[in-house]
Amino acid sequence: MRRFLSFRDFDWTLLGFVMLLSVISVFEIYSATLHTKFVGFYRQQILWTVGGLGAMFAFSLIDYHRLLDFIHWIYGFCLLSLIGVLVVGTKVLGARRWIKLPGGIHFQPSEWVKLILIVAVTRYFCGLVGRKLTWPDIFKAMAMVGVPMLLVLKQPDLGTALTYSPILLAGLFLGGIDWKKGSILVLAGLLVVGVAFTSSKILKPYQKQRLTSFMNPDADPKGSGYQIRQSLIAVGDGGVFGRGATKGTQTQGDFLPIPYTDFIFAAFAEEHGFIGCVLVLLLYFLVLMRLIQNAQTASDLPGTFLVMGVVAVLIFQIAVNVGMVLGLMPVTGIPLPLMSYGGSSVLFTFLALGMVMNVRMSRFVN
Amino acid sequence: MNLWGRFAKKSSAQDASDLLTREGDLPAIKLTIFQYVIVAVMAVLIFGLWRLQVVNAESWRALAEANRIRKVPILAPRGQLFDRDGRLLVDNYPSVSCFLVREQGHNLEPDLPLIARGLHMTVDQIHAILKKYRTAPKYQPLPLKQDITPDEQEFIEAHRDEMPELETVDEQRRLYPKDGFAANLIGYVGEVSEEMLNDPRYEYYEPGDVVGKSGVEEAYDALLRGQDGSRDVLVDSHGREVGKLGTERSKPGQNLRLTIDMDIQRAAENALGDREGAIVAMDPHTGEILAMVSRPTFDPNAFAVKIGRDEWNKLITDPDHPLLNKAIQAQSPPGSTFKVIMSVAGLQEGVAQNFKVNCQGGATLYGHFYACDKHHGEVDIEHALPWSCDTFYYMLAARLGIDTVAKYAHALGMGQKTGIDLPDEIAGVMPSTEWAMKQYHRKWYAGETVSVGIGQGAVAATPIQLARALGGIASGGVLKRPHVVFPDELPAEYRSAMRDSFSGSGDATIPINPDNWEIITDGMAETTTSGTAFASHLEGIDFAGKTGTAQVVNHSAGVKSVSSIKSERANAWFVGMAPRRNPDIVVAVFWQHGGWGAGSAHLVAKVIEAYVDKQRRLNNNLVAEKPQPVEVGAVWSQPNDSKGLGGKPIDPRAPKGDPAATAFAGHFFLPPPAKAKNENAKADALATVVH
Repeated sequence: MRRFLSFRDFDWTLLGFVMLLSVISVFEIYSATLHTKFVGFYRQQILWTVGGLGAMFAFSLIDYHRLLDFIHWIYGFCLLSLIGVLVVGTKVLGARRWIKLPGGIHFQPSEWVKLILIVAVTRYFCGLVGRKLTWPDIFKAMAMVGVPMLLVLKQPDLGTALTYSPILLAGLFLGGIDWKKGSILVLAGLLVVGVAFTSSKILKPYQKQRLTSFMNPDADPKGSGYQIRQSLIAVGDGGVFGRGATKGTQTQGDFLPIPYTDFIFAAFAEEHGFIGCVLVLLLYFLVLMRLIQNAQTASDLPGTFLVMGVVAVLIFQIAVNVGMVLGLMPVTGIPLPLMSYGGSSVLFTFLALGMVMNVRMSRFVN
Repeated sequence: MNLWGRFAKKSSAQDASDLLTREGDLPAIKLTIFQYVIVAVMAVLIFGLWRLQVVNAESWRALAEANRIRKVPILAPRGQLFDRDGRLLVDNYPSVSCFLVREQGHNLEPDLPLIARGLHMTVDQIHAILKKYRTAPKYQPLPLKQDITPDEQEFIEAHRDEMPELETVDEQRRLYPKDGFAANLIGYVGEVSEEMLNDPRYEYYEPGDVVGKSGVEEAYDALLRGQDGSRDVLVDSHGREVGKLGTERSKPGQNLRLTIDMDIQRAAENALGDREGAIVAMDPHTGEILAMVSRPTFDPNAFAVKIGRDEWNKLITDPDHPLLNKAIQAQSPPGSTFKVIMSVAGLQEGVAQNFKVNCQGGATLYGHFYACDKHHGEVDIEHALPWSCDTFYYMLAARLGIDTVAKYAHALGMGQKTGIDLPDEIAGVMPSTEWAMKQYHRKWYAGETVSVGIGQGAVAATPIQLARALGGIASGGVLKRPHVVFPDELPAEYRSAMRDSFSGSGDATIPINPDNWEIITDGMAETTTSGTAFASHLEGIDFAGKTGTAQVVNHSAGVKSVSSIKSERANAWFVGMAPRRNPDIVVAVFWQHGGWGAGSAHLVAKVIEAYVDKQRRLNNNLVAEKPQPVEVGAVWSQPNDSKGLGGKPIDPRAPKGDPAATAFAGHFFLPPPAKAKNENAKADALATVVH
């Protein structure tokens, strides 16, 4: 069957919001790195954004049904790449997350795994449509997400590993898990978290400390509470109107940790205040609502599943990252999509959007 | 691959329509739930932002400011101390202190061993400092080590990048005269103690402040200390200075001119030498202290840099109490010096004039034998004082009764603080029937009065009390409050505050009949010519005084004043003055376990001689208008004209009192002595024990 795709059906509104966020991101990275040795990073971010845009357009032309057809191969390859990182990866700050590619590019496979998992989970649950989920179904889904999750956890990269969980949750939710099983899973999840905290094997001590320090950042203001405390100071320092671009003392004085990646929202909050922050959150809200609208209008179930997977990942990352910056969530090292500096993260987001675009463009195609 | 198999079949293009029909399987409500979740998340995040940026923005802003603004203290130099001629007595010298800045984010713990090594400290010491200052605000740098050496300074500079938490501050440290010159008078400074910090009176002190802890340094701390300033600098998270905000200048402490005359002080220091005890020299016209020495003493320079625990323990546990200023903080029975007060009481009561006693080596009173040192034979008041006849004063005391004696003694300041402007003066003891009842709830026994008559028993006096009392008697009953700083040179409110906080007998006038005054002053003059202190006679100087030998062990037990066991030896007193009437200087010497008062007389003579010598040279223009620089230990003391404390020539005081008194007053030349029988006595003054 011939497919005809037209960029007229492309979601230009969605792209507009996304590009607004990307531009804000570039400006904030410029400001946050102005007085540091990372001063040129905003140019890098522009390149990645442009590259991401190209990748998005290219990816939007690939029929998502093709992706679904070949996902088991891609999934297998993705597991191999994660194992590869553990074996030959470059160690940065004590964690092996990167594969060095020819041409000096460092590539972080764990970001892409998100996309692959979205597709894989979609295919899995759409295959089960029409009947109630049984425990074996659930366990298989958990295994599918859990194996790469454990591999990433091993790197160790707690933050990225955690971003896989919303994919599974969204899949189970949309796949039709009943209340009983759902409640049991929630309880079991709580149990696992409890065990992870009491056992010394699963989480490293610094991870545990990071996860708990947000509840009382003053307990150890020089140690694990330092980041969160400086972040809170930065956000509060911004006030209603902010201190102005490149004028945030927390950001410019290097008090705020990594103000161009994980804590970019704090830097933005200090320099642009409550008003700026609400505007950015509004943009995210519009992006998400636009995505859900695309999910609603998707031509088939897998399309809806795919878009909702993207929505789940994005809302999770936004909630955890901004929550962390505001002291409502533990410090997990999850980047803010479309804002944080980082090529892998930018590319993931744009590829995911490309996939969404394909779903949208396919809605009248049959 | 079973996992994928099922779907692979269905998802093939042919079955696409199959899938489409199943779209209905996904209830729209689920996507709506997603939307609500997103709205909820956004609401929570905006609430979080609201809380931080709108509700509490002020306090977070303050924290952000505290983060990047660091207060670097600028320490105020303490006021200098000068002697009465404007010669520098206590100076400051530049020194570097190391501070620890805690506001950086990184953990200090790993750096501590290196810091400890570089600063020649132990990690435990640093921990103790951190613990001590745990309540201080984070932006406040902690004093880590004071007066660091050049190599320690170099260590800090070399490690500036790795350890920005180390900060050096230039400051002024105290430089005192060497060898404890006037140390007990001047006092010392030290870091403010925790007790002081908890005391509401010292609320303006902050941890690490250097404060006066004794002597003039303590009494005038509020004037001397000045006010520290600070420099606000902008720093980044590594503690690097990236800008300046402003400077709050420090206010240097006020310089003080003491009433001390360095020449007299030096003479007194030399006179007392290694003997234990105290010398105080005072101008009885004004109460200005000219010299004040206490032995043993200490080196206050050791306190300027924090004193080691061992050294401190040695100082405070030393049985000779080197930190005690014995001129105002040691009390002892005044011995025969009290007879001057007895004479005032006896004569003013009209009793002593016609009182005659036949001294046969003592007297039996109330069934007790009270010994005298000699068989004086017929003794009247005019001989009793210079000869220091105990029998006469036993009888006189018994005749007057304790309450009459106490009345005069109290009026002359016995048993009360003098109110000198130095901390921790003690009051001494003057017994009376009321005192016995109050203190011991018993009645006073008449026999006790007999001992009091010769300054033994319960009577106890400090050198400053005796100097004030005897100087006042010789001045015709005009007593002055002793002081070491010129009150006129203090701010008015400070002057009254000092008067209130150092209360005492102060200024007082006791009526003394001129005839009685003459009898007493002549008697004291005779002490140094033919009396008990004739060996200390000063040729050509109208030198008067009274010896005192106060038994440490019970007087009536017959223990020799000069004992081979030092601790049983009597305390030797002498209060001397020149000239005899309206004296310009009164000197009290308290020589612990010195043996006989006559030995102390010799020390007083040296001080008086130095004083008179200086006055004569001034009177005859033999010295320059400006006082000469004096080397006092570490300090080369120059008359300091630039600070307005410059050397004013001392104007010889005009004679005071009635014409009879002025014959010898105001100058020190005596008419040629009628009988010059003790010309060579000075040479063997100490060798001879004179009764």
